[in-house]
Amino acid sequence: MNVMMLLEMAHAGYGDRVALVSGDERFTYGELFAAAAGAGSLLRESGAKHAALLDVSSPALPVMLFASGWAGMPFVPLNYRLTGDELDALLARVEPAHLVRGEEDRERFLSRARAGGDPEEWGMDPEEIAVLLFTSGTTGAPKAAVLRHKHLVSYILGSVEFGAAGEDEATLVSVPPYHIAGIAATLSSIYAGRRIVQLPSFDPEGWLELARRERVTHAFVVPTMLSRIVDVLEGAGSAELPALRALAYGGGKMPQPVIERAMKLFPETDFTNAYGLTETSSTISVLTPEDHRAAAAGEEPQERRRLVSVGRPLPTVEVEIRDAEGAPVPAGERGEIHVRGEQVSGEYLGRGPALTDDGWFPTRDAGSLDEEGYLFLEGRSDDVIVRGGENMSPGEIEDVLLEHPAVADCAVVGVPDEEWGEAVAAAVVAREPVEPEALRALVKERLRSSRVPQRIVFRDELPYNETGKLLRRVVRADLAGEA
Amino acid sequence: MAEIKPGTRMRSAVCATEVMVVAAPKDEGVELACGGAPMLAIDAEPGGGEPSPDFKEGTQLGKRYVNEAGSLEVLCTKPGEGSLSVGGTALAIKGAKPLPASD
Repeated sequence: MNVMMLLEMAHAGYGDRVALVSGDERFTYGELFAAAAGAGSLLRESGAKHAALLDVSSPALPVMLFASGWAGMPFVPLNYRLTGDELDALLARVEPAHLVRGEEDRERFLSRARAGGDPEEWGMDPEEIAVLLFTSGTTGAPKAAVLRHKHLVSYILGSVEFGAAGEDEATLVSVPPYHIAGIAATLSSIYAGRRIVQLPSFDPEGWLELARRERVTHAFVVPTMLSRIVDVLEGAGSAELPALRALAYGGGKMPQPVIERAMKLFPETDFTNAYGLTETSSTISVLTPEDHRAAAAGEEPQERRRLVSVGRPLPTVEVEIRDAEGAPVPAGERGEIHVRGEQVSGEYLGRGPALTDDGWFPTRDAGSLDEEGYLFLEGRSDDVIVRGGENMSPGEIEDVLLEHPAVADCAVVGVPDEEWGEAVAAAVVAREPVEPEALRALVKERLRSSRVPQRIVFRDELPYNETGKLLRRVVRADLAGEA
Repeated sequence: MAEIKPGTRMRSAVCATEVMVVAAPKDEGVELACGGAPMLAIDAEPGGGEPSPDFKEGTQLGKRYVNEAGSLEVLCTKPGEGSLSVGGTALAIKGAKPLPASD
């Protein structure tokens, strides 16, 4: 198995169709295949053992991803927002690497790729490493997640029907190359035959403009992107994206008010919530468009709550919730999400697979399954607040705080406390002035008194990384300092 | 007979068909045929000849084919005139449950 095979099939099946639009550049599937051959030759001749890309989204992403597969070396997209020292540390771990860094380098690389080449046939060993992705390190130093060809190819074969996209379909990719969603979107779209439209740097106006210009039918966004798009459109009073059929989102927790507002703005659009991790080759569960509509039309709070579920596992993936001892827990109970399937790697470079003996990957995400198998996320296992021996999930408290009309955003963390071990603390971004007591009363009424934040501070904004992940350790350090 | 395991690529002896093995039964010999003739290793010279009339429905690019037990699954990576079979029984196209685009 090799991801190159996916591109070869697209080339054979619909080689003349446009595969990729990036600024003024366009590639058909045939041209992309030829460029992968050219870049594959370059990589083979370079003597490097890794192909590293330090750049915004551009045609270099698919070209290098496939060329790496062709040349038999891991593709390593790096986060261009890291500092020089952080980057040097990561690069040292993938030496010797052929590095393409920034615009000038990219142009040279693409022009060499376009010149073509005739490298030897790619290898088909499913165990070869396709991609190394440094995880965002919201809780510690980055680890290099290992995705082998078998993981990525299994994911695509299990979730995408070959050539199923209509010729008018186009997907807007606004996540960066070093995010698993950027890799997955590239592979899925090429295998489906859906034109990729790249947005190198996200801002809501730019996203809307490009979506209109390219008649985008599909898109994937992280929650903060959707929230900003919704803000802009509500300000403008209309959505005006008639071509947009499907909007998928994931990569972080979607606040219920944001998805409800988005569904009002785009009543005809199919919304899909996708949950997955780098270590699972992207999506493992989806809340489908039908699920969204049923939940939005629901009259009971219990039904509407499904809107914040991440849906049910893909048919090719198993999900189980286990307690701290590793035993499965019944429906409705909280525990650690475990996942098993062909697409699941769970391996970090130099550490070996972090799978249990029976092949399950403990995600460190906390969650629960309801009676019908819908999965609910409740933060990272590490984020659990233990107050006086009672475990509580920050997400549960955040959801209640967000219901208050004055609360635009919030983060709940545990801070050290002499009496309780940990105390509940909240950082709140307020739309309008609000008394902490009013927020405490709301939590007390909806949950119970142990969940009431002892400490509430107001901030202008919360710290997120560029793909919409809340940096809890930063909030925790901030609030612990307030003690 | 070529070894059959996930990732193995094979070609038809009698038509243009090429497949990649997605899943194969462990510790069990499987003689995969196309057009009625045993399939060859991907780098083997095609033997010439025609697909047998009993196995001439053709293969389709990107379709997955499975045996009745579901233990063998191959992906058609290049289409041809012959059709796939094991032990004289035709493989069937695996029905895909459509999933919404999630990335």
